[in-house]
Amino acid sequence: MSPSELSALLPILITAAAASALTAAAGFYSKHGFVAGFTMAAFALSFASIFIAAPAAPIAVSSLLVVDGFALFFMGLIYAAAFAVALLSYGYNGGAGGKHTEYYILLLLSALGAAVLAGSRHFASFFLGLEILSVSLFGLAAYMRSPKGNEAGLKYLVLAGASSAFLVFGMALVYAATGSMEFSAASALATRGGGPLSLAGMALIVAGAGFKLAVVPFHGWTPDVYEGAPAPVGAFIASVSKGAVVAVLMRLMGGSLASGGPLFTFLAAVAVASMFAGNLLALFQENVKRVLAYSSIAHLGYLLVAFLASGSFAAGAVAFYLAAYFVSIIGAFGVVTVLSVNGSDVDSLESYRGLAWRRPLIGAVFTAMLLSLAGIPLTAGFVGKFYLVAAGAASSMWILVLSLALSSVIGFYYYLRIILVLFSPSPRELPAEAEVHPAGSAALMALFAVLVFMGVYPGPFLSLVGAAASGLWQ
Amino acid sequence: MILIWIVFIPVIGGLLARLSGGLGRSAPAWVSLGTLTIAFSLTAGLFAGAGESAEGRWLAEVKLPWISQLGVSFHLAMDGLSLALVALTFFLGACAVVSSWTEVRERSGLFQLNLMLTIAGITGAFLAMDLFLFYFFWELMLIPMFILIALWGHENRRYASIKFFIFTQAGSLLMLVAILVLFFIHGRATGEYTFSYEALLSTPMGYTAEFLLMLAFFAAFAVKLPVFPFHTWLPEAHTEAPTAGSVILAGLLLKTGGYGLIRFVVPLFPEASFDFAPYAFALAVIGIIYGAVLAFGQRDIKRLVAYTSVSHMGFVLLGVYAWNELALQGVLVQMVCHGVSTGALFMIAGALQERLHTRDISEMGGLWTGAPKMGAAALVFALASLGLPGLGNFIGEFLVFLGVFTVSPEAAILAAAGLVLSAIYSLWIIQRVFHGPQKTGITDFGRREMAAFVPMIAVIVWLGLFPQPLLDLFGQTLRTLNVTASVPVEAGSGVEKLDAGSAVYRISLTARE
Repeated sequence: MSPSELSALLPILITAAAASALTAAAGFYSKHGFVAGFTMAAFALSFASIFIAAPAAPIAVSSLLVVDGFALFFMGLIYAAAFAVALLSYGYNGGAGGKHTEYYILLLLSALGAAVLAGSRHFASFFLGLEILSVSLFGLAAYMRSPKGNEAGLKYLVLAGASSAFLVFGMALVYAATGSMEFSAASALATRGGGPLSLAGMALIVAGAGFKLAVVPFHGWTPDVYEGAPAPVGAFIASVSKGAVVAVLMRLMGGSLASGGPLFTFLAAVAVASMFAGNLLALFQENVKRVLAYSSIAHLGYLLVAFLASGSFAAGAVAFYLAAYFVSIIGAFGVVTVLSVNGSDVDSLESYRGLAWRRPLIGAVFTAMLLSLAGIPLTAGFVGKFYLVAAGAASSMWILVLSLALSSVIGFYYYLRIILVLFSPSPRELPAEAEVHPAGSAALMALFAVLVFMGVYPGPFLSLVGAAASGLWQ
Repeated sequence: MILIWIVFIPVIGGLLARLSGGLGRSAPAWVSLGTLTIAFSLTAGLFAGAGESAEGRWLAEVKLPWISQLGVSFHLAMDGLSLALVALTFFLGACAVVSSWTEVRERSGLFQLNLMLTIAGITGAFLAMDLFLFYFFWELMLIPMFILIALWGHENRRYASIKFFIFTQAGSLLMLVAILVLFFIHGRATGEYTFSYEALLSTPMGYTAEFLLMLAFFAAFAVKLPVFPFHTWLPEAHTEAPTAGSVILAGLLLKTGGYGLIRFVVPLFPEASFDFAPYAFALAVIGIIYGAVLAFGQRDIKRLVAYTSVSHMGFVLLGVYAWNELALQGVLVQMVCHGVSTGALFMIAGALQERLHTRDISEMGGLWTGAPKMGAAALVFALASLGLPGLGNFIGEFLVFLGVFTVSPEAAILAAAGLVLSAIYSLWIIQRVFHGPQKTGITDFGRREMAAFVPMIAVIVWLGLFPQPLLDLFGQTLRTLNVTASVPVEAGSGVEKLDAGSAVYRISLTARE
């Protein structure tokens, strides 16, 4: 391995090393403060090493991985999100005391899987990354060992297993058709139209990935898992695991889908169904985590609009929207996190009544996150939505663009509903509420700052995204 | 630079008002009032200087790079139209602050913050000359308005606020799509990807595209204005909002719809608008008559005033689509005067509710005895609203009629019939509320309230007797909008659509001779 390859792989190597080191160290010293600090340091270091890797990019490291601007952008996103989740988790798990080593090891591993996905250009690394990610995630989902948490973990396990089966079978079919496991061969095939064998293969891969993305009709597990999993893990599942799969799908087939072809039509139908189903089903939820789950289904539907559009402009839209979505959804789950104490999440809508008066700062942050999810100006979500619609309009995908506009109108209702609950008078008998841990507030404030910055002055971020996206399909 | 201050002073003032919440209950209101006074005097300064710098297109302009990757710039510019509406915004904003002085008892700091943010959003929308920026402000004003209704509104506020938000958003999102489509059409045709209003004005595009885009823009502004089938959010929102909210809604938010039609719909899509004009006339006439008829049926005084807005905004729509000098001058006068008179009527309704704890007209009566000052103010604005000569609204409506008559006599005649109805409901309010046997005691307006009403009456009378300064202000804008003098339509000779830049309803000049 040449030095430049090594430096390009540095982010992944650091995470992997940190996971192993933590596993080894946990036998001797497993104070929560140390473990969490170590994990956050590892994420910060991995993030910083992206800047070391950047000069080497783009570079293919073996036939499995490629480290280019796009991969590095997503790695940065993944590590930043993982850092925020770790910070939130530290407060959530009760601060300095207690033993939560496994939690952080799993978090490191899942971030590692996600990072591998971001850089993968081969079915083997695709599968490997995805498995590392999902195996750690169902451990995390069931971490609290509450009945609901167990249900969430089990559901995630079964569905992850099923989706992997689809995925592997799809890969096998594509391999049978092309004789190659590399993405370049598969996407070349998709551009040409391919035979029925490879089409079936790609369809199965899309279905397998669809489970991870939780788009309709593969979304059934989402609300239960989000509800049962600890709030910070919910944030992680909603953001990092989806973002990584989007990244790998972009590399595999983004931009090469022939408009009007069967896969394109299928994905377009999935997008429309996700937007409407997600937004409509969210209307009837009384549980904040479930609302966020359905909202995330709708958001992935929006994202598919830009995914289906062609060109590096659309790739930039996907990347920017994901970043905006990461910030908003982690922020929204973060609010649930900081209000919850060990094991019992504060997630019923009623318990948020009057929150904005009792805790103005957290109320304001939550409002901002919801407005961003709804796509209102001054927030990152607005610029993201603008970018998405622009990408769709540039490719003249009118049905998708209009579905996006109309379904997001439905979406306003449930976001506003939560905001109204936040601002309505506090109930007479206040529910017992935990003290907000400073780590949690720090994470929320940081997310809030990023949210507003991206919404008010998105220029630097857009340049970053544009540079990352331009190199994707060279 | 001054335009940036004009937009941001309310934001700063709002934040200060929020912070001053701890200093006493009326401290935030004082802060807001002071801020709006500063902003208004800045605007008045621009007005005073307007004569000198009138050669250029804009009275003031500022353009800064913002999101260059997407071709977005922070471009604010002010011409006569914007100036008049911005001045109205600060004036009515100050009146709204005064009207809510005692009504808002809880969290007045937050209330003032939201009020000021709404005003900042509206001001921004009136000044933005970049379509992205315009959309940004257009959306921005909704959230604080939503919060104003949802938190400080009356009984049915939840429903009203969400309905208001979703209706306006549905229209706006269609406009967002249209803005982006326009952006790409322009970019592909000219190679310049920009949201700049001036650049987009001369976008070459096919007729079908133009018509569809026009419809999408129209949808957004029609919801705000409101145009007849899209008006159902308005009675709810106006009725449930706190007084200051109603004043801002009726006085200013509706005007953003009219402004959008003048600034964007017709200039950007002249051909399509020309063909759409008959339908717009029909909707306007239906709105004028429908709003007036429904106004009778109301027992709730705020609802009544709300429906009169539907009726009066019909004149704005009518005038915009007539698109000649007279009609557009009428539209501007009508917008300003309607803002003031309806704002005042909502303030009176709010004062009645604060004193009597009801909005039901049947429980009122004979209030003149107890409250002569309030009665007199109500009489002035009821007369203004029915279009009494000598008051501003008359000038507006009259000019609109004159302008419309040359284009479509039928529409002008039918709309004038609506004016008769407005006379009935206006006098009806006065008769039922202030005349007749006294049903209940009431305290009259105090000094604080009179301080708001006297300037409002002065504005209405001023515009009724001497509207020329406002018309002059608008003259400059009219030239840049490529409006021609209104001339009688003669088949085959008068109205012709020519291809000349962004010229709008090109009435060939030969017809004048």
